[in-house]
Amino acid sequence: MNAFSYTRAPNVATAVREIAQDGGAKFIAGGTNLIDLMKENVERPARLIDINRLPMGQIQATPDGGLRLGALVTNTDVAYHEQVERRYPLLSKAILAGASAQLRNMATVGGNLMQRTRCYYFYDIATPCNKREPGSGCSAIAGFNRIHAILGTSEQCIAVHPSDMCVALAALEAIVRATGPNGERAIPFAEFHRLPGDTPHIDTNLKPDEIITAVDLPANGFAQHHEYLKVRDRTSYAFALFSVAAALEMDGQTIKEARLALGGVAHKPWRDPQAEALLRGKDATPNNIRPVADALLRDAKGFGHNDFKIELAKRAIVRAVTRAAAAEGQP
Amino acid sequence: MNPATRQGTKIADPPLAKHSITLKVNGDTKRLEVMPWTTLLDLLREQLNLTGTKKGCDHGQCGACTVLINGRRINSCLTLAIVKDGAEVTTIEGLADGTALHPVQQAFVDHDAFQCGYCTPGQICSAVGLIGERRAKSADDIRELMSGNICRCGTYAQIVAAIEQAMHGGKEGATQ
Repeated sequence: MNAFSYTRAPNVATAVREIAQDGGAKFIAGGTNLIDLMKENVERPARLIDINRLPMGQIQATPDGGLRLGALVTNTDVAYHEQVERRYPLLSKAILAGASAQLRNMATVGGNLMQRTRCYYFYDIATPCNKREPGSGCSAIAGFNRIHAILGTSEQCIAVHPSDMCVALAALEAIVRATGPNGERAIPFAEFHRLPGDTPHIDTNLKPDEIITAVDLPANGFAQHHEYLKVRDRTSYAFALFSVAAALEMDGQTIKEARLALGGVAHKPWRDPQAEALLRGKDATPNNIRPVADALLRDAKGFGHNDFKIELAKRAIVRAVTRAAAAEGQP
Repeated sequence: MNPATRQGTKIADPPLAKHSITLKVNGDTKRLEVMPWTTLLDLLREQLNLTGTKKGCDHGQCGACTVLINGRRINSCLTLAIVKDGAEVTTIEGLADGTALHPVQQAFVDHDAFQCGYCTPGQICSAVGLIGERRAKSADDIRELMSGNICRCGTYAQIVAAIEQAMHGGKEGATQ
C-alpha cells in the first residue's frame, strides 16, 4: 500500500468541497473494497477522506411510504432491519447472499454501489486492463473469462459488476441520492451504473465531486412474490456467476407485473423492461417463462469460457420466476 | 506517490504524519500513534504485541484476522486503525476471564475444533460475534454465517459442533 494522508470530514458540505479540490483523494467508508484495492496497488489515492462520522447512518421512512437507507448503514443493518425484512425481503435476501458476516458488518450501502469489478485482470497490475489503465487493452476478452459479462459488453471491457445488493435495488427501482457542489440530486437506479463502452474506467454516473448520501426504496417492496437466486461456484461466500432478482405482482396464478434484474452478466445490474413486459397477463408456468428468459438473453454473447452462462441464466430465470410466483419460502 | 505527479491537486496535502488515536483494547484504554495506512491487524500485532490475531490472506478472504469491534466481528486486515478511533476492540486475548476460558474457547477444546490452530483465534472471535447476533438457529445457519472463516485443515465439522455447544449454554453434548 502506498503512503497517503488522512482527514476526517466533519459534515457533508466539507466532504464534497474537499473531494472537489483534490483529484487524488478518495472517500473511505467501510473500506472492504478500497483497502483491498490499495493493497494491490490498483487504487493509489494520495489522501483518504473519512466519511464514517457523517450523519448518514439511519434508516427512515420517506413521505411517499418508502424507506430511506442512509449511505453509511452497514449491509448487516440493512439486511436485518425489521422494516427491510418485512417489506423488502428481496433486498435482505440479496444482501445476505453476498460476502461474509464480517464483511457485511463493515460494508456500507454507498460503498456497495461504488465497489469495483472482481475481474482478475483488473486486480493484477502486471496485465493490461482498460478499466485500470485506459488504452492498455483488455486481457479478459481473449483470456480466462469464465466470470465475465455476456450482455452489454464492449471491445474495451467485459467486466461484471459484482454486487448482489445492487441487483435487488435495480429490481426495486431504488433512487440514489447524491450531493455535490450544486446541491442534491436523485439518480434512478437504472441510470446509476454504466455500460463500459469506450470508457470502461468509469463505473458509474456519480460525478467525482459527488457523495452518495442515501438510497431510497419506493413503497412497493414486492414482499409477497419475490426471489433472489444466486448461482456460484460454492454455496457461500463467492461472487455470482449468475444471479436474478425476481419481483412479481400476482393475481391468482396470473402475473400482473414482473421485474427481473440480472447479476453476474453485465457491467451493471441488467434490466430489460420490454422483455419483462412479456410476462404480464401470463400464468407463471415454465412454458410461459422460458420465452421471456430467451428474450432477456437474446443479445447475449459469450467469450469462450463463459458461454455456459447463457443457458444457465435462462434456466435460473425460469426457476426464480416460478418460485417467486409460488411464493415459496416467503415470510 | 509524489504529490507533484498527481492530477488535479490544487490544495496542500495534510502532512504524512502520525495521528493520535484512542482504542479500548480488551478493556484497557490505549493512546496510540498510528500512520494512516496502519491496519488494525498490524497495530494489534506489531505495536500492541497481541499476536493471537493472525494474518492469513490479508485481503478479507480467510477470516484469520477476525476481531470484535464494539461487539461485532470484522476483518481487521481491511480496517484502518485510524478509522476506528474511539472504538472498543476485543481480540482472542480478551475473551477468557482470568484462567477461565470463554465458553466458545472451552467448546473448541471439548470438540477438538482445530488442527494446526492458525485460523482458530479468528474462528473463535467470529463464533463469539455469531452467537451475539442471535441469527443462527441451526447447524446449516452456523455453516452459512461462519463462511467468512476458512480452515485449511478442514475441521469444519468440529467447529460447527463446538459452536452449537457454546450457543446452547456451553454444555458439552447439549445438542446431540
